[in-house]
Amino acid sequence: MSFYNIIEKHQDFNFREFFKQVTATDIERVLLKEKLTSLDFLTLLSEKAAEYLEPMAQKAQRLTVQYFGRTIQLFIPLYISNYCSNECIYCGFNLKNGIKRRKLSIKEIEVEAQAIAQTGVQHLLLLTGEAQQVTPVSYLVEAVECLKRYFASVSIEIFPMETEEYLTLKHAGVDGLTLFQEVYDQNIYKTVHLAGRKSDYLYRLNSPERGAQAGFRNVNLGSLLGLAEPRSEVFFTGLHGRYLEDTYPQTEVAFSLPRFNPAEGDFSPSFYVDDKTFVQFLCAFRLFLPRAGITVSTRESASFRDNLIGLGVTRFSAGSCTGVGGYASHDSSETPQFEITDQRSVEEVTRAVVAHGYQPVYKDWDRIQ
Amino acid sequence: MEDNVLNLGGVSFGSRLFTGTGKFSSNQLIPHMLAASGSQMITVALRRIDLSSPTENILAYIPDNVTLLPNTSGARSADEAVRVARIAREAGCGNFIKIEVITDMKYLMPDNLETLKATELLAKEGFIVLPYVLPDLPLAKRLEAAGAAAVMPLGAPIGTNRGLETKAMIALLIENCNVPIIVDAGIGRPSQAAEAMEMGADAVLVNTAIATATDPVAMGEAFALAVRAGRMAYLAEVAGESPLARASSPLTGFLN
Repeated sequence: MSFYNIIEKHQDFNFREFFKQVTATDIERVLLKEKLTSLDFLTLLSEKAAEYLEPMAQKAQRLTVQYFGRTIQLFIPLYISNYCSNECIYCGFNLKNGIKRRKLSIKEIEVEAQAIAQTGVQHLLLLTGEAQQVTPVSYLVEAVECLKRYFASVSIEIFPMETEEYLTLKHAGVDGLTLFQEVYDQNIYKTVHLAGRKSDYLYRLNSPERGAQAGFRNVNLGSLLGLAEPRSEVFFTGLHGRYLEDTYPQTEVAFSLPRFNPAEGDFSPSFYVDDKTFVQFLCAFRLFLPRAGITVSTRESASFRDNLIGLGVTRFSAGSCTGVGGYASHDSSETPQFEITDQRSVEEVTRAVVAHGYQPVYKDWDRIQ
Repeated sequence: MEDNVLNLGGVSFGSRLFTGTGKFSSNQLIPHMLAASGSQMITVALRRIDLSSPTENILAYIPDNVTLLPNTSGARSADEAVRVARIAREAGCGNFIKIEVITDMKYLMPDNLETLKATELLAKEGFIVLPYVLPDLPLAKRLEAAGAAAVMPLGAPIGTNRGLETKAMIALLIENCNVPIIVDAGIGRPSQAAEAMEMGADAVLVNTAIATATDPVAMGEAFALAVRAGRMAYLAEVAGESPLARASSPLTGFLN
């Protein structure tokens, strides 16, 4: 059994037809339920449910406060390499992009870690492109061992791996795995991932599960909104989360809603998710999986992110650089993986969270292995 | 009516309301909530403690007259709970430890078996151990034998505010255990806290319902009043309920 079996079951599912038949009564019924089925979740993702955005938001807020309190956990991403052997047509690190390639030495990682640690934020997300020759597991282990001296929690957002490799990283001190499928639609997946290991849909799809098997404490899923029909994409992301939650009860499941943002390479997404629909998706996730973490990154603007506080989001990145390094010394010629919209410092994000009556949480973990 | 003081591991507590530090919109509310509620013990997750940061250090918001109850939130095995407890003690958080081992992230249910193992180990190391468990009488007796200073059964799944869903099982613990029974998790309203105290619980621990109230300070006070009322009612011996109406002129009175 893998999540792929669930995808296969929906192979012939007619989303358009389902959405057409959703009635006001259906949505009202779902809003009264405590436990939502997958079709209840899909009902909340329908165009019709947009008319119920306010009651959805109110329920999402109540559930989020109940399970997470009035808190927003902060984390900071650190890219340690932009070498990549994949050709993902939407990504700034695409092999075909003639950008300056760079990989931080362990010494450079340490300098970056020192600069990031100055902010007080204790949660770090380590990122690389996919180039196993350049950034092998041994290098990643060294990087993690360096970073864990400065941070209470180190998570990874790197290329998919075997369970054994994940175990090695877990033992080195990694506690969370972020891995976006990018696109659950298999046909579109092929057309946007032209070459490299990432073109293997199934290998990527099963990676979060391998991460859960390796014992990462949390696994963060997402689809890059804009590449395929977003309602069904969000639906499969949610189902993927529920599958992991049901199969690996020790794993905390979390979601991100990365919305397309222009990166290097002039890619225009086929679909656009407007702010209202984005909020609908966010609330639908919360209602479907009340205890799941929800991350919103600096892809989104400062004012939009601030308005999302209280609507289901539980984690913010802050003060981010999406080029390699960039915290200790900033090189403006650096090409980012994606463009940042919310450019505020950790201090500024902290003030905004406080102004909304929420507590920014800098530390919510201790490495105890 | 005289009440005996609640004693845990040689420490006396005048208040039977225990509180928590999680979920507040600001740590600055914590000392005000403590003052209003009179709570003398507060639980804090070791994972949230950042001794290196002056503003983020949650311990800075807890007055000296309130006893710290570090908890092992985040631990997923007895072994991890034991390590968290040791780190907490080394960090100067005292000898109390609330053991929280959760292996089910979906419903956040405590793992009773791992909790028992951790209790056995930590009690031997001199900790004052308060295990958080699903109410199960044979397990509670084993925790007692292992040296637990109290047993903390959940009223309902953590954070749900659903009240005493496990009431009948908690009643068995209250009736049969020699250590104090502290109802933890699930208490969403002061009336539910009063209900737990009326049935003879020795104390209650309330976090979510206070921290996420619109006015956590006032809610802390409301819980304190409810806990006192419930305790007084217990000591005054609540009149038994009868399933039948009682006629004021008994039907069999003519026989006397």
